[in-house]
Amino acid sequence: MQNEQTVISPKSLPLTIRDLTVAYHRKPVIWDIDLTIPEGKLVSIVGPNGAGKTTLIKACLDLIPRSSGEVSIYGQPYKQARQRVGYVPQRESVDWDFPVSALDVVAMGTYGQLGWFRRVSKRSKALSMQALERVGLADYAHRQISQLSGGQQQRTFLARALVQDADIYFMDEPFAAVDAATERAIVEMLKEIQERGKTVLVVHHDLATVPQYFDWTVLLNMRVVAAGPTDEVFNQQNLRRTYGGKLTLLTQAANEVERSR
Amino acid sequence: MPDFADIWYVLFLRDYNTRLVVICTILLGCACGLMGGFLLLRKRSLMGDMLSHATLPGVGLAFMLAVSLGGNGKSLPILLMGAAFSGVLGCWAVLCIRNHTRIKDDAAMGIVLSVFFGAGVAVLGLIQTMPEGSAAGLESFIYGKTASMVASDFQILVIVTISVLICSLLLFKEFRLLCFDEAFAAALGWPVKFLDLLLLALVTAVTVAGLQAVGLILIIAFLITPAAAARFWTNQLDRMLLLSALIGGASGWLGASLSAFFPRLPAGALIVLVAAVCFVISMLIGTERGVLVRYLHQVQLKGRIGRQHLLRALYEILEGGRSQGELALRPVPFRQIRGRRTWSDAHLRDYIRRAYNEGLVEAPTKDDSIQLTVAGLAEAAHLTRNHRLWELYLIEYADVATSRVDRDADMVEHVLGEKMVAQLESKLQTYRSAGSLVPESPHPIIPGD
Repeated sequence: MQNEQTVISPKSLPLTIRDLTVAYHRKPVIWDIDLTIPEGKLVSIVGPNGAGKTTLIKACLDLIPRSSGEVSIYGQPYKQARQRVGYVPQRESVDWDFPVSALDVVAMGTYGQLGWFRRVSKRSKALSMQALERVGLADYAHRQISQLSGGQQQRTFLARALVQDADIYFMDEPFAAVDAATERAIVEMLKEIQERGKTVLVVHHDLATVPQYFDWTVLLNMRVVAAGPTDEVFNQQNLRRTYGGKLTLLTQAANEVERSR
Repeated sequence: MPDFADIWYVLFLRDYNTRLVVICTILLGCACGLMGGFLLLRKRSLMGDMLSHATLPGVGLAFMLAVSLGGNGKSLPILLMGAAFSGVLGCWAVLCIRNHTRIKDDAAMGIVLSVFFGAGVAVLGLIQTMPEGSAAGLESFIYGKTASMVASDFQILVIVTISVLICSLLLFKEFRLLCFDEAFAAALGWPVKFLDLLLLALVTAVTVAGLQAVGLILIIAFLITPAAAARFWTNQLDRMLLLSALIGGASGWLGASLSAFFPRLPAGALIVLVAAVCFVISMLIGTERGVLVRYLHQVQLKGRIGRQHLLRALYEILEGGRSQGELALRPVPFRQIRGRRTWSDAHLRDYIRRAYNEGLVEAPTKDDSIQLTVAGLAEAAHLTRNHRLWELYLIEYADVATSRVDRDADMVEHVLGEKMVAQLESKLQTYRSAGSLVPESPHPIIPGD
């Protein structure tokens, strides 16, 4: 068994998913997902609403129970590989009225290393401050989080993932409801993370920017329709198989693909 | 009426009869304030209410069990254990209903709350008919009966308060993470379920310990009100919890003391009323989120925006489409300024009056014309420059269509400070037309009538 495991999910692969099925209330949300993501890729996960994109990420992070299948991160189950994983949840998943500052939120990324009972150390705070500087929010460190704009809140979440200092990042719609300037800043940052050999998976909604931002794409609609290098799999045929007959979307995206080539 | 010396005696714990009761309610207030803060932020306020109501059948059943086993039915630890048991059972019932049916949280809690409370009332009724049933006193758990508190109550409260204090100090970071972002906590590997249970256990302990003092109907107010009041004063969790504990303690102290003077008013109700007064005061004048502060900010912002609109309107009228060379100061008819924007006469006059007070415009002339002072012109040029730089920035960097820029810029420029403007300026050096400090507007300006 042990042997088989190492053959199928080698330690060099950041993410290997086999036969993953997740069901809520007897209704499967994702079916038999098989997926392998090579190291150092900037990966977009795209698909229509309800395709199971968030579910896929949550199942990878052991946040929801799996009905079947297994997920390994660098050849290990999530529990053992936790330290190498960074997570950016959807921005709306938390209450931004909560009485904490941006710095407090970013420091939460260090809680995993801190362990039980220990207070947030000076080093944690310094690391968090550096992360805030990298996302351009150093001046806002002590603002209460409700006083930040949507884009700034999103960048706070990114900074929190940065201090996790992970090797593979899961980001759930980091581009949702951010202004164009923030979107560009986030893309720059993702590319920077990628240049340091890390892998980033991003749930993405805007088909038009997929070829521009991401070099690897997973098309998802309850099952994996196609996965691979963006210029190979992101084409009209696969998009139609993913989205069905929503033609306006498709033509738009296809035009974008043509233009980017 | 009690005289001053009596009040002094009770408030400062000199009076032997009330000392124990007052100390008990202070301890309970601190514990309630601390736990209430987490409960409020975890958005489990209703859960607390449900829990307290669900304790009643446990009290009755524990009494019956103790009596039937030949023990003392009114032994406090036994009654409180029964209360805690049925409270937790109630929570479990809510979770079961929520997880296994399509009934939502609030409905599940409503059902469990009323069923458990009804069962409790029925059990108390049964006890009255029991031959050994000297059940008098059990109903004090419903409304609380502070005066009946004794040394064993005090011991229980000390234990509960100390455990709550230790847990909040040790697990401050963990509870903060749990309350703010449960999914992230789970992804980091924190045992979210265990932490949640621990929080629930602490709330149960506080609730059960407080049954004697304020009763199971009012305990939820004692849990939530101080925390909600504290939230108006600070944006930091540690300070909020400290303040919440202080408000809780003070409410317990004042409420219990007051009831010593007015024996017909139950302490539980007075404590909750004192806490409510603290809440109302905090809501009105709280320095971070109080109604008054928010209103003042709103008024200030409106005034600042109005001032900027006035100065920019004056500048653009003086500019009259030209962007080169020095602008000459000249009076501008009121009607022309009025035509620049959709503002009422009264508002505009108010802005002009304020600008006059600041020395930015001359006194209105007889024919109702407004003229900028030299300082006013400088300020107006400065504001207009900021505004246009920002507009240019939006066009250049954010792909915002020209037709939409003005409105967006009007919103953000009053929010951004000087620092941002300096950054924009350096980015947009190239857009400055030589010889003018103020770059041209990126869109045609419609002159007023």
